[in-house]
Amino acid sequence: MTVAFIVDVGLAILILFVAGWIVAVRSTFAAVIGFVVYGLLLSLVWVRLWAIDIALTEAAIGSGVTGALLLRTLSRISTVDTAQSANKSFRLIAGLFCAFISLAIALVIIALPEPAPTLAPEASAGLPAVGVGNPVTAVLLAYRAFDTFLEKVVLVLALVGCWSLAADRDWGGTPVLWRYSDPDGVLKFLAQTLPPIGVLVAIYMLWTGADNPGGAFQASAMLAAMWMLSIVAGLTRMPRTNDDRLRLTLVSGASAFLLLGFAGFGIAGSFLAYPPDYAKALIVAVEIPMTIAVAATLVMLVAGPPQRGGVS
Amino acid sequence: MKSAMILLLARDIFTIVTVTFGAFFFLAGTVGLIRFPDTLTRLHALTKADNLGLGFVALGLLPWAGGMVALKIVCVWILVQFSSSTASQLIARLAQQERPRA
Amino acid sequence: MDNFLFAVAAFVLGLLILGLVCVLKGSTLADRMMSAQLLGTSGIAALLLMATAVSEPAIIDVALALALLAAFASIAFATSSGDRQDQE
Repeated sequence: MTVAFIVDVGLAILILFVAGWIVAVRSTFAAVIGFVVYGLLLSLVWVRLWAIDIALTEAAIGSGVTGALLLRTLSRISTVDTAQSANKSFRLIAGLFCAFISLAIALVIIALPEPAPTLAPEASAGLPAVGVGNPVTAVLLAYRAFDTFLEKVVLVLALVGCWSLAADRDWGGTPVLWRYSDPDGVLKFLAQTLPPIGVLVAIYMLWTGADNPGGAFQASAMLAAMWMLSIVAGLTRMPRTNDDRLRLTLVSGASAFLLLGFAGFGIAGSFLAYPPDYAKALIVAVEIPMTIAVAATLVMLVAGPPQRGGVS
Repeated sequence: MKSAMILLLARDIFTIVTVTFGAFFFLAGTVGLIRFPDTLTRLHALTKADNLGLGFVALGLLPWAGGMVALKIVCVWILVQFSSSTASQLIARLAQQERPRA
Repeated sequence: MDNFLFAVAAFVLGLLILGLVCVLKGSTLADRMMSAQLLGTSGIAALLLMATAVSEPAIIDVALALALLAAFASIAFATSSGDRQDQE
């Protein structure tokens, strides 16, 4: 029984306790707080499982974007009487179903053959040809670049779907995150000092993602959190949804990818193919507009449908 | 190479002592969190003691990190110092509003 | 040394468990918001210790991200609660 094992057991107990508390607690706001805490704890677990890229993503998305999304939703829904919840048999069936799924997944993991089937050796073997050192980046932007490209398209479509929830008269308006009157200027001070650091860390994560754990999505989530911070503090205004620059930014990620894909025909022979010596440079080059576009999309997705705007 | 061995030993002792100090401050912070009667005092215990514990832990880990990594550890600590002390102001204001003091 | 660092990490995590139990059971919302602060210090300490114990500097990047995002979470909690329409 090594000490590391005790750390793992402790983390597992903590996660289960927080999960149980989230389900059991009465106040929805407290449950949201618990969920964000749960996400941050989960990133510790990912570190223990040696999945550091995922730990970064979990920290960035779980507490930044998802947390803000849940909080914004909470500030928009009207009073829901917590005593009037779903009836008992429905909850029992849902609980049993969830327990069954968890048990099935646990059994699958325990019953995995030793060594577990994996493509990791092949993925690592292809790294020198691609030129990056981080196998996760190689998978996302070289082996399965097409999936990543489609994901960016899906994000834009999701945002269009989200915007379409607005009433006709609100189309083209400005979404609202939440309001906070800042009597002492503490929030303004925080929003003036944290975002520059956050932007720097995001650029660093993007740059180092080629060879070390990191990458575009983590950088996007960090940028999104920092942007949301300056919006809530009132330092930046939420853009109107019919703002041309915003719309250009939102589609620039998928467009850059598409351009790269078609350029692949000319320079390397097929769609989204990379020429051998320039692969890393192209990967980093396409990651830059992708990061900015995804950050903008995430913020607009959290902010929700436009409101109270005039039709332009 | 006796001087090399003495240096290595000194490094180990330094780390063990500072990290233990850090752990002690974490303990103090948690005890304060559990025992203090009021939200504001609990926030105080959390922010001051735990941050100091983190500082000692970071200090103790510095000899083991290469140049750039050591700088990163220091940056993490400075960031946590600054952001947690200021963010706890916001929480304190909220606590003040929820339970107005006489 | 690795075992010592892991032991301290386990200790800090144990304190985190105690702290979270106490804070999440707290009576006011501000109590529960402190959990983000708690994670922001204890979690980062545990990460730094683990990073040194297994000699993986990338974990310090996770600690850096966690520092920024735990602060963002605290700020988000404290600022969005005034806008709520439902009660505790």
